[in-house]
Amino acid sequence: MVSFKDLPEEELFLAGSTACQGCPSSLALRIAFKALGSNTILIVVASCTSVLQGSYPLSAINLPLMNVAFATGGASASGVAAGVKALVKRGELAEEPTVLVWAGDGGTYDIGIQSLSGAAERETDFIYVCYNNEMYSNTGTQRSGATPLGAWTTTTPGGKVQHRKDIAQIMIAHRIPYVATASLAYPLDFYQKMQKAKGIRGTKYIEMLAPCPPGWKFPSAQMIEVSRLAVQSGMWLLYENEDGETRFTGGTKRIIEGKVKKKPVKDYLEMQGRFRQVLASPEGQEAEDLLEEQVSDSIRRLHGWVPEYI
Amino acid sequence: MRVLETGNHLIALAAEASRVEVVPAYPITPQTQIIEKVAELIDEGRMNAEYIPVESEHSACAALVSASLTGARAFSATSAHGLAYMHEMLHYAAGIRVPVVMANVNRALGPGWNIWCDHQDSISQRDTGWIQVYVAGHQEAVDTLIQGFRITEDHSVLLPLMVNLDAFVLSHTYMDAEVPSREDVDRYLPPYKPLWKLDPRLPVTHGSVVYPADFSETRESMQLGHKNAREVIREAAREFEDVFGRRHGDLVEGYLLDDAEYLVMAMGSLSAESRVAIDRLRESGVKAGLLRVRFFRPFPTEELRTLCRDRASIMVIDRDVSYGMEGALFSEVKAALYGHADVPVRNLIVGIGGRDVTYELIADMAQKAWNGEIGDVTWGDSHTTESHRVTREMLCEFDRLFESEKEVR
Ligand SMILES: Cc1ncc(C[n+]2csc(CCOP(=O)(O)OP(=O)(O)O)c2C)c(N)n1
Ligand code: SF4
Ligand SMILES: [Mg+2]
Repeated sequence: MVSFKDLPEEELFLAGSTACQGCPSSLALRIAFKALGSNTILIVVASCTSVLQGSYPLSAINLPLMNVAFATGGASASGVAAGVKALVKRGELAEEPTVLVWAGDGGTYDIGIQSLSGAAERETDFIYVCYNNEMYSNTGTQRSGATPLGAWTTTTPGGKVQHRKDIAQIMIAHRIPYVATASLAYPLDFYQKMQKAKGIRGTKYIEMLAPCPPGWKFPSAQMIEVSRLAVQSGMWLLYENEDGETRFTGGTKRIIEGKVKKKPVKDYLEMQGRFRQVLASPEGQEAEDLLEEQVSDSIRRLHGWVPEYI
Repeated sequence: MRVLETGNHLIALAAEASRVEVVPAYPITPQTQIIEKVAELIDEGRMNAEYIPVESEHSACAALVSASLTGARAFSATSAHGLAYMHEMLHYAAGIRVPVVMANVNRALGPGWNIWCDHQDSISQRDTGWIQVYVAGHQEAVDTLIQGFRITEDHSVLLPLMVNLDAFVLSHTYMDAEVPSREDVDRYLPPYKPLWKLDPRLPVTHGSVVYPADFSETRESMQLGHKNAREVIREAAREFEDVFGRRHGDLVEGYLLDDAEYLVMAMGSLSAESRVAIDRLRESGVKAGLLRVRFFRPFPTEELRTLCRDRASIMVIDRDVSYGMEGALFSEVKAALYGHADVPVRNLIVGIGGRDVTYELIADMAQKAWNGEIGDVTWGDSHTTESHRVTREMLCEFDRLFESEKEVR
């Protein structure tokens, strides 16, 4: 077990970023960098992270960093991985650095899925982190394929009527060696998953739920609390999948094992302004039921059955 | 090494001789043979490169850019819809200033699927910031690809470079050509020394947000790169001639220009056909000459101003059209000459979608153009008939059909 004392002191995410208060992406970057160290090449896909790193000529990120076009996370990683391989062959580099792609849910679920899928199928050696704030934040809160049913966005003014897709499972279907989900309320769990991913060759996919205060409409001081409730309510399941075997971790593990009781989805929804409208509407109960059903369905798919105590 | 090969295979061999290290690519007719050859060379251990089998051209160009930014020498190839699909990334490559070389096999864009040659694909990418060169023969394709790396990797340039070769006419025809060995190329092309790159030893952020206070300067520097490229292109051609004894011109190439009163201007393989037309015209006593534009970007403005002065008349051949205007080369030529040479210029649009263009047609149309017997812009080989037009009557026919269907329902 790692403890906070084991985390390296070196900060590769520097002060002076232009992120909002309580930004989940910034905190996740900070932890990820500590897990991967400085021999890392970072690729940032068009998203809030393209902006929060600071603007030219300053940068809050002390790693070699390439900002890439929205649809190109996977392909850019394939290019960098092939490039550094060539440099090692030529004797220019002693070893291949870790290649890390950092993308939002829009750049992952929607426009970038083809390129990510291609890179996974090519077995490109890299870590892909999707920080999932369940919407297009950078362009001002539009729906994405990750937006949950019922959530308000500017393009779902009456609340989204479809469920989100399950991209972690899509990545598992690629039979890549490592897929994991993570939460900022369980930072050591995330840290360990990043470290583990670093030690595995091939494509690694890690998805972090990223509650975004301005987009989800909750006070920025509650970012960790919302993250925790997402797990406690089952709306975000923590697990890792190594070579096809799924193992629950963190708060989800405790729920599945019956050590703690799963909280109602409603508790989680009520913390966020984006669900207020749908909860207050005549369809509020139906939306809540549909989301509860989806939690059960997700557990069933991952675990095989839903224990009666959940 | 002298080989008998297709234009496509020669491109692959030239990439190998240039010590290309990364090749991301996606197949499209008529480029396919290039990447198949690259894959084969790598598989046989004859080429020391990483082949990235990407899932689209958008990804091909993304990987090309990111591989190059690590400091590796990167190359790709595409055509038509593939090039169009790359459009966003073409801007990216130029904007992030990576010295990559890509072969584009010039092919028509659908709809109306057409795999044959015209220049609509690359002309449509005119303003992406890429250097564009159009070759007229097989040997020139080899030599230009090698020179391409020499040009783009020059620190005063650092702009991606597109070598355009005509579909089938060059890509699929066999011709014997000299392919220099890697060691020979080493005498001409030094290893790539990046000015900036992705390296954990010197962490630098590339391509972050740039505000209006700085953005314009980054674009002005690309324009400066093109300006510098003009001299580097000339130098690259001179040095190539010193080492290999072959020359295909620099930004332009002339044929029987000295005493010519009448000029034909063209790009790509149609210039080879035009040479024959010029010979025929000379035989019949017309003082004709050919000015071939090799580099479309940077545009040979100075060369044209000097070489077009004191001519009687010029015909510009375009294998493309900027819809609603005219042939793209024609516009550029007039813009370059405006205020510098008082000479009538007319435009011949031919060879669209692979339509065969003969030297007879070129000679005939050139004489008409020079004598002012045809309009400013002429579709030289057009045989548009009623069947090509959607008539008012046809539209009414559809209306009647819908009306009668409604009645039935
Ligand atoms: C081809 C293309 N289309 C649209 C955009 C505009 N755009 C930039 S970021 C973004 C949304 C990003 O959403 P996500 O990936 O979820 O990241 P977030 O902003 O939420 O962090 C969009 C639509 C773009 N950059 N490129
Ligand atoms: S909008 Fe959300 S994801 Fe974007 S910088 Fe602000 S807190 Fe972070
Ligand atoms: Mg998002």
